[in-house]
Amino acid sequence: MLHAAILIPFLLAALIPLVKRLTRIHPGWVVLPIPAALFLYFLTGIPGVQEGNYTRESIHWMPSLGIDISLYLDGLSLLFALLITGMGTLVILYSIYYLNKTEAIARFYINLLMFMGAMLGVVLSDNLMVLYGFWELTSITSFLLIAFWHRRERSRYGALKSMLITVFGGLAMFAGFNLLYVMSGTYSIREMTGQVQMLAQEPLIIPAMLLILLGAFTKSAQFPFHIWLPDAMEAPTPVSAYLHSATMVKAGLYLVARLSPIFAGQNLWLWLVSLTGLITLLYGSFKAIKQTDLKAMLAYSTVSQLGLIMCLLGLGSAASLASGAEEPLFYAPATAAAIFHLINHAVFKGSLFMVVGIVDHETNTRDLRRLGGLMSLMPITFSVAVIGAFSMAGLPPLSGFLSKEMFFTAVLNIREFDVLDGHSWMILFPAVAWIASVFTFVYSMILVFKTFTGKLKEDQLDKIPHEAPLGLLVSPVVLVSLAVVFGFFPGLLSYSLIEPAMAAVHNGLLAPEETFSVSIHLWHGWTPEVFMTLGVIAAGTLLFRGYSQLRILDREWNARNLLNRMYDGSLRLLEGGSRRFTDLYMTGSVRHYLLYIFSFFIVALGSVMLGAKGITLGMNHYAPLSFYEMAVIAVMVLAAVAVPFAKSRINAILFTGAAGYMVTLLFVIFRAPDLALTQMIVESVSVILFLLCFRHLPKLSKGKRPISFKLPNLVIAAGVGITMTLIALAAMGSSPFAPISEFFLKESYTLAGGKNVVNVILVDFRGFDTLFEIMVLGIASLGIYGLINLRMEPGNSAGVRA
Amino acid sequence: MEWMMAVAIGILFMTGVYLILSKSLLRMILGTSLLTHGVHLLLMTMAGLKTGAAPVLGDKAEAYVDPLPQALILTSIVISFGVTAFFLVLAYRAHQTLGTDDMDSMKGDES
Repeated sequence: MLHAAILIPFLLAALIPLVKRLTRIHPGWVVLPIPAALFLYFLTGIPGVQEGNYTRESIHWMPSLGIDISLYLDGLSLLFALLITGMGTLVILYSIYYLNKTEAIARFYINLLMFMGAMLGVVLSDNLMVLYGFWELTSITSFLLIAFWHRRERSRYGALKSMLITVFGGLAMFAGFNLLYVMSGTYSIREMTGQVQMLAQEPLIIPAMLLILLGAFTKSAQFPFHIWLPDAMEAPTPVSAYLHSATMVKAGLYLVARLSPIFAGQNLWLWLVSLTGLITLLYGSFKAIKQTDLKAMLAYSTVSQLGLIMCLLGLGSAASLASGAEEPLFYAPATAAAIFHLINHAVFKGSLFMVVGIVDHETNTRDLRRLGGLMSLMPITFSVAVIGAFSMAGLPPLSGFLSKEMFFTAVLNIREFDVLDGHSWMILFPAVAWIASVFTFVYSMILVFKTFTGKLKEDQLDKIPHEAPLGLLVSPVVLVSLAVVFGFFPGLLSYSLIEPAMAAVHNGLLAPEETFSVSIHLWHGWTPEVFMTLGVIAAGTLLFRGYSQLRILDREWNARNLLNRMYDGSLRLLEGGSRRFTDLYMTGSVRHYLLYIFSFFIVALGSVMLGAKGITLGMNHYAPLSFYEMAVIAVMVLAAVAVPFAKSRINAILFTGAAGYMVTLLFVIFRAPDLALTQMIVESVSVILFLLCFRHLPKLSKGKRPISFKLPNLVIAAGVGITMTLIALAAMGSSPFAPISEFFLKESYTLAGGKNVVNVILVDFRGFDTLFEIMVLGIASLGIYGLINLRMEPGNSAGVRA
Repeated sequence: MEWMMAVAIGILFMTGVYLILSKSLLRMILGTSLLTHGVHLLLMTMAGLKTGAAPVLGDKAEAYVDPLPQALILTSIVISFGVTAFFLVLAYRAHQTLGTDDMDSMKGDES
């Protein structure tokens, strides 16, 4: 059944074009029931998961590689599956009213459904390789969805950027998964968690952790990899709401939570995850204030909230490091806060994106400088925005308040943690968290009040805005109602979803029969957290009031978008650098390429030859040397050396011929009559051919050209000559094996009936060589015939006779 | 005389490579011919020189030279002849069509 849940979106995606062609209804209505049905199906999984009965289903895929499509439904997977299908239902409903029928809606729903299936695959997979496959599929479908309006340059830029960054992280993660496989011998996450004790001792555990975290951080837009998220806002708003706030960007969080049981025993994990989260939280909230585009503001806000959840997941892993009976349970609530905020963020951020989409739809702009005074015109949208933004800011009695209080509890608790001695700098956590919360409060207020209050700037708007149609409002209203409901009745979530998810993240922390008890209350007394929240509200209000004075200062800062410029610059550098590098050595000159080839030959072979011990200069078994032979060799060498010095071409050809005839004489001396004969004929024909060619040279280059003496040529040529001499000397050293020629000499007459052993080898023992040598000659003569007789005329693709 | 052959082969290779690196197409082809000679003599030398009679069994000799390298060289001579002839005609045609035999001016236009 779990397999079917993943497969159904893909099947439906395949059917969408058919639906588009056969019916005139909006394809969104056909799509809508699918995530709704899947949502209901996953809801029925809650009781089982709560009691600890986990569903596991497996299908063999590549058993020989240990890769099976095994799916596993526990608390964490169920939470994400509900998020994906629930948000999916609402987003599809919203998109039906958001997208025009004139747009390429079939393509939109195909991509969205494939994304949904892939995302379900990521959260349900137990096998790391399968998880990776679905992970990359989410990157690809996200790429396609960001570039939905592919005629806009900004869309393509944003899509490419997100693709490059997430796939870069994905590949690093792939390497990390394989390192885990090397250590544990399995791709199954559950089997790995069983070997935690053994894995903790492995030296590869740290590289594996770093690589996997790189994947999780890039996907979840953590600092400094967050830069793709604001540019991904070129996507249609339903996509931004679904992918870039509720689901895909949480895949990295899912991975961190899922692999916590494996890595949380390492100190580094706690510091990396929590500090990266903290930096992202602060940076994102600070940047969000300065945005004038609503979606960019929400993008930075998403970055900052993701950092908050990441930080909480890191702090929660302190439970695995702490010792003692009570201590682990002291730190574990950070994980509960992370999970609770994960749900809250999906709820309020989804609704806020939809609000921005409605505003954009009704006014044709998302620019804060042109918006204002929409409150009375769009009352429902305004109410939704107020609830969503106040929940984001962490105001009571909304759900965001509760998760913010839990966050403060976690950062205050971490001060007690004493792995690295010196508690003093642990105060950093609550301090930074508090400052980031102030920034969060400020941008939430900007979002609401700059858009909806103040004066309506009619002259700057294309049309008079009015309330959105009912269809567009259903989804955001449902979402903000959830924010209110979770705020008043957090117990609904804590028992059904958060406790089972905690059990999955803190696997093995409790005895099997125990369960986590998470109790979230709206009011929990005059605790330090309450005072921190009051401080946030006070400071935030002051900052919001003084915001217009600070704006001038902000403008300057905003222009200096360092990380994006670094990204663009490094891309340009890579492109330009590789272009320059290629231009440097790919000159188009044959001589240069030959120089590379010969230099490589010299370096590779020459150095081996010099290092080898095979070169012997002993004279004992060398053949004797007569004056006549010495003269032949001397003439050959002189003729060869004379060729480059020849002033005219005819001399060069004749010198080459002379060298060839000397080779013939050497063959005679070396007792090779057949070779001598052949060489004689071939040399004669070659010389004639050369002279023929010479005859046809035009007057232009007939003039005697002095040899342009080039030192590099000489050096390379000398190097090749010396290397070949060394090779010849080494080859003449004693061979460890007897030659097989004894067989040919002995059996030539008895087996083949011939006395000329060379000819017997050519046509009998090794006749195939001769067959193909004949073929070479045939091909060469056909080629020559073609070269001389056939011409290509311009415009005529078939050759014609000259 | 093997060491002397080794030096001679080295010189053949050196000249051949030097010619191949020059600009003129004709010189390059002459260079390949010299290189071929070097290779053939190297094959010959590697099997040992003058260790017996020519490999024709009627001679009633006590020892014969190794026949296998001779067979290989014979094959190689014919193949290199075919290739050289083809190259030569190709050079001739290239020259006829392009009006030059300078390798540098035969470079394709870089866009």
